[in-house]
Amino acid sequence: MKIKSTLLSITLALACGLSQAVTLRVANAGDVQSMDPHSLNESLQLSFMASVYESLVGRGKDMAVVPLLATKWAQTSPTVWRFDLRKGVKFHDGTPFTADDVIFSFKRAADPGSDMKGYTSPIKEVRKVNDLAVDIETVTPFPILPDTLTAFAIMSKKWCEENKAAVPVDRRKGVENTASFKANGTGPFRLKERQPSVRTVLVRNFGYWDKVDTNVDEVVFTPIGSDATRVAALLSGEIDLMEPVPLQDVERVKASAAHTVLQGPELRTIFLGMDQKRDELLFSSVKGKNPFKDVRVRKAFYQAIDIETIKTRVMRGAATPTALMVGPGVRGFMPDMNKRAAYDPDGAKKLLADAGYPNGFEVGMNCPNDRYVNDAAICQAVAANLARIGVKVNLTAETKNTYFPKILRRDTSFYLLGWTPSTTDSHDALYNLMATPTDKGQGQYNLGSYSNAKFDELTQKIQTETDQTKRNEMIREAFKIHQDDFAHIPLHQQALAWGFSKKVSLVQLPTNYMFFKWVVVK
Amino acid sequence: MLAFILRRLAQAVIVMLTVAFIAFMLFQYVGDPVTNLLGQDATPQQRAQLRADLGLDRPFPLQFARFVVNAVQGEFGLSLRQGRKVSSLIVERLPATLELSTCAALIALGFGIPMGVFAALRRGSFLSQAMMTLSLLGVSLPTFLIGILLILVFAVTLKWLPSFGRGEVASLGSWTSGLLTVDGWKHLILPSITLALFQLALIMRLVRSEMLEVLRSDYIKFARARGLPNRLVYFGHALKNTLVPVMTITGLQLGSLIAFAIITEQVFQWPGMGLLFIQAVTFADIPVMAAYLCLISLIFVAINLVVDLLYFAVDPRLRIERAAGAH
Repeated sequence: MKIKSTLLSITLALACGLSQAVTLRVANAGDVQSMDPHSLNESLQLSFMASVYESLVGRGKDMAVVPLLATKWAQTSPTVWRFDLRKGVKFHDGTPFTADDVIFSFKRAADPGSDMKGYTSPIKEVRKVNDLAVDIETVTPFPILPDTLTAFAIMSKKWCEENKAAVPVDRRKGVENTASFKANGTGPFRLKERQPSVRTVLVRNFGYWDKVDTNVDEVVFTPIGSDATRVAALLSGEIDLMEPVPLQDVERVKASAAHTVLQGPELRTIFLGMDQKRDELLFSSVKGKNPFKDVRVRKAFYQAIDIETIKTRVMRGAATPTALMVGPGVRGFMPDMNKRAAYDPDGAKKLLADAGYPNGFEVGMNCPNDRYVNDAAICQAVAANLARIGVKVNLTAETKNTYFPKILRRDTSFYLLGWTPSTTDSHDALYNLMATPTDKGQGQYNLGSYSNAKFDELTQKIQTETDQTKRNEMIREAFKIHQDDFAHIPLHQQALAWGFSKKVSLVQLPTNYMFFKWVVVK
Repeated sequence: MLAFILRRLAQAVIVMLTVAFIAFMLFQYVGDPVTNLLGQDATPQQRAQLRADLGLDRPFPLQFARFVVNAVQGEFGLSLRQGRKVSSLIVERLPATLELSTCAALIALGFGIPMGVFAALRRGSFLSQAMMTLSLLGVSLPTFLIGILLILVFAVTLKWLPSFGRGEVASLGSWTSGLLTVDGWKHLILPSITLALFQLALIMRLVRSEMLEVLRSDYIKFARARGLPNRLVYFGHALKNTLVPVMTITGLQLGSLIAFAIITEQVFQWPGMGLLFIQAVTFADIPVMAAYLCLISLIFVAINLVVDLLYFAVDPRLRIERAAGAH
């Protein structure tokens, strides 16, 4: 009798243990657009799919580059890198991972329909050495190749070919693609269910090659677009983890006994740019010349902006003012150079007078209103600051869908933009934001066409310099030139805000990637 | 009758073409999906190429003509955002919206008509005064506020009902239904009340004023004079005549329940067509927006047609006039 009851209780305990699968319910303001890791170069997409698909090289909890599907790598010549691949890794369908999958994935990511071409363009060729080693040859010496590879998922050649998914979906051809709603990676989680905009369910891959910290068996991801509803869902206990917490609700979530908010600086830097190319500004009262060509005017604008008040009032403290165009966490960030020129409206006024504008002038400003945290409000604050030195700003704030095409046509005199270097290396910002625009893609987001020959020369050298110390010195020099020229007005790094139940412990990266393999639910 | 329907169908085609045309004109101002589609690392050449491949660089009459030719064949193309067929996206989302709107319509009618009748018959009583005041709130409070208030009370504070989504759904072929599970019903309550509240208040106020009007008319006096019991006078004669305008309004409102479910769907993350549309707008996903607007105008046209046909059934005068006009 006694034995029986003991047996019964053991069985019960086992049954309970089995039925108590740990589920993590996650909500985000947006949905993951596609299950295809090559279809969209966007951080939510890449972050989510990184739990399913893996790259050769990954990021550790401290953002350091760590081995994933490649175990080690080394340069065999300035342009050739040898990657040794991990042995015994299997895709979720059981197919072993080999060098062929790596070569296939590079080809797939370089396809016209792919949005990862920016990462593959420095690569000339991927060659098979043997089943577990590849050589990657770059077009020019490319010291940050491993960083670039972190964003780049490896897919199974066999599975893609069998499922008519050998190339990413091409929206232009009107043909659907299996990889958009099914997935077969090597990651710690596998895709179980996909209902776009409703829910996406991942389950643990117990055949994963590595030990992972998590105890989560199932991740249920739900997009909840409405801020108020997302906060309500968290507070009512229907979800365990959500992102982003709207700034005005941070205190409310923190006040809840069962929840907390983790805020950290994001890699993205928000800054202002000024047209320094046209001989006459497009939207200004000044005729016949361009005031922004004068460094005194740019400096006056810089010093007229009360960044601390923007931080406390507009951003409710959730911003880190910056003097550099890259944030902490980006390679090449110089802490000692991160000192802003002082807020000095009187000095600014004097600078304007020296430059020949004692009564200020009128200028048009462009700003998105749905892209960055409180973007339009920042612009309004800047306009109010500039009014104090006599500059009248005519602000146009609009949706990103009309804003970006406009500013990319350079149809602007004064604009706000945010930038995260996708390689997490300073060169990305130097090359895209600050170097003189060319038709090859250099300076394509340098929308005010700031141009300095010395700066351009340094940018080119930094791209191919493999000696890290020399490279850092050059980055420092480039930043110095840019700061002395007041070429842009860096504002701040906005803060990430994740809200979650106190039962959850996790790791937040400044890239805003959420790795479920580091989430533990008590 | 047949001629009437045919004429109506012809009008419907014109209405839909007009809607599509205006929609396309508006798309010029929604912006450009290309920067959303290609990440920040794409080159200007890649952007220009994609814009050309999608046909976005063509003048808008050409874009419109291409859209009409494809739409007539039932082909709305691929969603730019999701890379999936627009038609299958809409088929997926339609059940959620229809279940929500139907439920809201039933609540609005089921409560609105009796409350309106009560408010008319017991004019001046405390309860009917209270109802009138509440209905004023129902008409004037914006939907999203009602939704958020309901979430705050029933989901966050009381924790009785879920705050978002559709819950567990059962699939019946291509139709997904939340009506077959307890979880599905729980998820349906708050959104359908939110969506119904405005209509409920409207119907109630309408029924009340119509009823008061009818009660003053001669034939009610005659009915009373004949010594008919109150119940028969009110519900047999008065209510029946009250319902003609109510039907018109309800018909039109059913269409707007489907169309304006957008706000409710957004507040409750209800995976219906309205949410699909909102997401499409934020991404400038033109194929989805165009298909949605056409579908909604089709629904409006169809509902109006049905309402017109119902007039014939309910109001004998219309039949007589039409017959007279034919001579």
